[in-house]
Amino acid sequence: MKRRTMVLVVFATVSLLVLSGVQSVFAAPIKIGVAGAFTGDLASYGLPTVNAAKLVVKDINAKGGINGQLVELVIEDDQCKPELATNAAAKVVSAKVVAVIGHICSGATKAALGIYKDSKLVTISPSATNPPLTQSGEYPNFFRTIAPDDAQAKLAATFLTKTLKLKKIAVLHDKGDYGKGFAELVKQYAEENGVQVALFEGINPGAPDYSAVVNKIGNAKVDGVVWGGYHPEASKLVQQMKDKGMNLAFISDDGVKDNTFIEVAGKYAEGVYATGPTDTSSNPLAIKAIEDHKKEFGSEPGAFFLNAYAATQALLNAIAKAKSTDYNKIVAALQSEYVDTPLGHISFDKRGDIVGFGFSVFQVKNGKYVELK
Amino acid sequence: MKLRSILADIGKSLATAVWFMVLLFPLMVMKVNVARGVAQIQFRWNLLPLVGVGAFVLSYAWRIALEWNERRGANKSEGMSSRIRAAGAAYLARPAVRTSSLLVLLAFVIAFPFLFGMYHTNVMITAFIYVILGLGLNIVVGLGGLLNLGYAAFFGVGAYTYGLIWKYIGPSFVAAGMDPGWLFWISLPLAGIIATLFGILLSLPVLRLRGDYLAIITLAFGEIFRMVMQNSGDLTGGATGISLIPRPWFFGQKLPPTKAATYIYFIAIVLVIITIFVVRRIEDSRVGRALEAMREDEVACEAMGIDLVKNKLITFALGAFWAGIAGVLMAAQTTYINPDSFTLWESIIILMAVVIGGTGSIPGVIGGAILLKLLPEYFRALAQYRMLIYGIAMILVIIFKPDGLIPRKRKQYTFERKEATK
Amino acid sequence: MEYFLKLFLSGTAKGSIYALIALGYTMVYGIIQLINFAHGEIYMIGGFTALILGGFFFSNGMPVGLVLVFSVLLSIMYAAAFGFTVEKIAYRPLRGKPRLSALISAIGVSMVLQNFVLLSQTEKFLSFPSYLPEFNWLQPYKAYINSTQLIILGVTAVIMVLLTLLIKFTRIGKAMRATAQDMHMAQLVGVDVNQVISVTFIIGSALAAIGGVLICSYMGQINYYIGFIAGIKAFVAAVLGGIGSIPGAVLGSFVLGWTESLGTGYISSDYEDAFAFVILIVILLIKPDGILGRTQRQKV
Repeated sequence: MKRRTMVLVVFATVSLLVLSGVQSVFAAPIKIGVAGAFTGDLASYGLPTVNAAKLVVKDINAKGGINGQLVELVIEDDQCKPELATNAAAKVVSAKVVAVIGHICSGATKAALGIYKDSKLVTISPSATNPPLTQSGEYPNFFRTIAPDDAQAKLAATFLTKTLKLKKIAVLHDKGDYGKGFAELVKQYAEENGVQVALFEGINPGAPDYSAVVNKIGNAKVDGVVWGGYHPEASKLVQQMKDKGMNLAFISDDGVKDNTFIEVAGKYAEGVYATGPTDTSSNPLAIKAIEDHKKEFGSEPGAFFLNAYAATQALLNAIAKAKSTDYNKIVAALQSEYVDTPLGHISFDKRGDIVGFGFSVFQVKNGKYVELK
Repeated sequence: MKLRSILADIGKSLATAVWFMVLLFPLMVMKVNVARGVAQIQFRWNLLPLVGVGAFVLSYAWRIALEWNERRGANKSEGMSSRIRAAGAAYLARPAVRTSSLLVLLAFVIAFPFLFGMYHTNVMITAFIYVILGLGLNIVVGLGGLLNLGYAAFFGVGAYTYGLIWKYIGPSFVAAGMDPGWLFWISLPLAGIIATLFGILLSLPVLRLRGDYLAIITLAFGEIFRMVMQNSGDLTGGATGISLIPRPWFFGQKLPPTKAATYIYFIAIVLVIITIFVVRRIEDSRVGRALEAMREDEVACEAMGIDLVKNKLITFALGAFWAGIAGVLMAAQTTYINPDSFTLWESIIILMAVVIGGTGSIPGVIGGAILLKLLPEYFRALAQYRMLIYGIAMILVIIFKPDGLIPRKRKQYTFERKEATK
Repeated sequence: MEYFLKLFLSGTAKGSIYALIALGYTMVYGIIQLINFAHGEIYMIGGFTALILGGFFFSNGMPVGLVLVFSVLLSIMYAAAFGFTVEKIAYRPLRGKPRLSALISAIGVSMVLQNFVLLSQTEKFLSFPSYLPEFNWLQPYKAYINSTQLIILGVTAVIMVLLTLLIKFTRIGKAMRATAQDMHMAQLVGVDVNQVISVTFIIGSALAAIGGVLICSYMGQINYYIGFIAGIKAFVAAVLGGIGSIPGAVLGSFVLGWTESLGTGYISSDYEDAFAFVILIVILLIKPDGILGRTQRQKV
């Protein structure tokens, strides 16, 4: 490097530093916490949220921030474990954030929410679907950009009785909070609709082989299988079922309504039904978000990316509209203001559930999830 | 001569660098992505020189460190550093110094929550919970020499005792106008007792087994416990767990989170001190000596007239008791429990705390537990590299200190002839 | 009866999956009494290497048969190299030190390898393309067993026989048995113990890679975390059969597979793992050294 360029570079760096210093003197950044599983076995559900938050914040900051203040992220990992979630929450609170995006898993969210509630922090989760989080009224500070499990369980049950006209079904789940909750609700609604649930069982997530339980399904002579859980197990199940020549209707939840499922299950995914957030991929904002992700991180975004994107946008919008980072004003703004996000034109109801964005049933056709009207 | 050995070292490191460049090539340089069933490879050539240079430098440092480690092991009694250390130890052993340094430590520990705020207090509570767990497991592994890979189950028994008491008795307790925080104080001794009973119950069938077979059985029990908690949803809340568990009673006041953390912090300290005290007494007692004999050699021990069955039972029971206590504390701190907190991985972490600290050494285990819980917290700055660095740190510690950070000192009983006072 | 047969066969298939991993576990344990927690990770790395190299060959127009051969061979070599390196770095310095230290080091290695793959590759589940052949003559029996399962079963049997022969009749096998019996004594009579242990790790890791390729082909997916769960199950199987014994590991795996499969079929999959652990406890209570384990004589 020539000496002159060197001098220039040094000068540029110094002036940048000074400038950013000046800016921070005039307007301290608004800090937003992002908490969830970013390492460990569930990292694949948490990392997309960090990416989403980073992208939104980058956009906002490029436009000069909100209310003249830049936005800064405080990212903390909880590995989806409740005891780590409380530490992550305490850390986020100590960092003086004004609101939190997270957590990812319902269990960790429950553990952390107590701390956020006592510290008066708005918390928006992109993925915690456990119904009592909003319905119990215990957590007035909690919002989510995903519909609770009972909404989609009801939809799945109605779909399999009214549209598919199934008479006898098997319901499987992954024993987890989310999967089992969904499965239990589907069982309940399906039985109310007069469908016989011949089999209701949990299987071990991560096991290499499910052929025993697949045999059991075959033996039960059902005409449909409901799966409550995530896509890795779902793809093994459909694969092993079709390998054994069983062509049953397979209905699942939004843990499966993920393109990774189609990628992994390949030809076996054909015909699988899944309930999931209403398709917004034709939404120009969603297209932009996904494009940005590809540009920034070099890959397709993962699970709950758009939900997290919308959560961050809704939060920043509320802060902008409230013109303040005061807890009560943010809550009021979240519940009254509508905002355009990749999920559509959304707001939140009094309990904290998302408005303007619901669930639909999808089916895999030619390697793509197609919304069934 | 000197130059030649340096050249040879450089040569070896170069060879290592090449080896790692080849070894890590597919995973580091080629990044795979599967789309439509077809794997696509993206080459990241810029990482290759990084691997090479990194491996070269690290292997050089590694060799020096290993040599230094060996030399240190060979002449332990000589050298400046060991003499300084011996002098330091002698200085510390003086009663006045000991008491005053203990007092300073105590003052620091008491001042901690007021100095560092809620986050650090919370982290320290977790660390203290692990200190209790580590000391409890140390009775089993360090004293009794029985490898237990299902220790988290007893931890879970404790947490669930509190959780279930809250779930079933809590509502009527509140309805009667009582403060639910009292349940914590009721659960604390109860959880200890129930965990002890579980310890006895589970150890009964496995008394015949030895070594790693015992380890795998404890692993099995641990997993079965978790599965039962997970599957009996109506009774235990299943995978959903039990939430909103009350914080401990504090003169009928509802504390804000910062103060509640401080309060639990002090409860944890008191429990830690009690644990240390009791565990030390156990070590020095007749039972403790019998357990140590059992660890050294079961057959010889039996020949000396020590009842192995009874001793194994005692080991498991004592170990389980502290896990139960720690469980209640954990439930009170997180206010939410579910079966995922009591996995095999949890048992492994507790075992790591014991071994890395120094199996059988009380100060070692305390240090190990605190280190193991604090490192990942303070490694948060490393973001996604955290667990990688954590694993590397564990390997390094155990290779350079295979007996643990503060190894156990063998007990020496010196016979002092009492002077006739008359 | 037909239902029982189906369950039995799926148990057999599952057992042979466990066996592929359990064999490496038991070999290492037999020699140095180390519960090698990192073995599952080597299996995962074997699978990943095959996916990466296979993908590279395939996208460059190599025919499927050759892709299979090359990617399997290379992934075996890479996994063996990983096993060798891990042993040299993380286990060898701890030889002669307390046994628990080596165990902790193994857990550390497991963490490092898992997170290394997470960081260097991806956190996502990836589809694992199967390059294995499909047998058309098996089509009528597809409700019972499929081609991949049959291949896994066959490979397991072949490996078991080869390993047994290796240990019984070759020079290195003899050295292995000597080292397993008494490391110091073996050293005294001129066995290069370090070399024997290295070879054991290389063979064990190579087996893990074979397991990685076959099992991932069967599951149709791969992820950085698959090693840990599979590793624990395989370890249970190895203990069940009598750890250190080659036929024991295979038999233990089958017993585990059958128990889980029949338990799932006739009772409930809710407690699938519980069946596995209960059978483990029962068998160890009857035979404290596993089904085929030799009773250790105690000496004072």
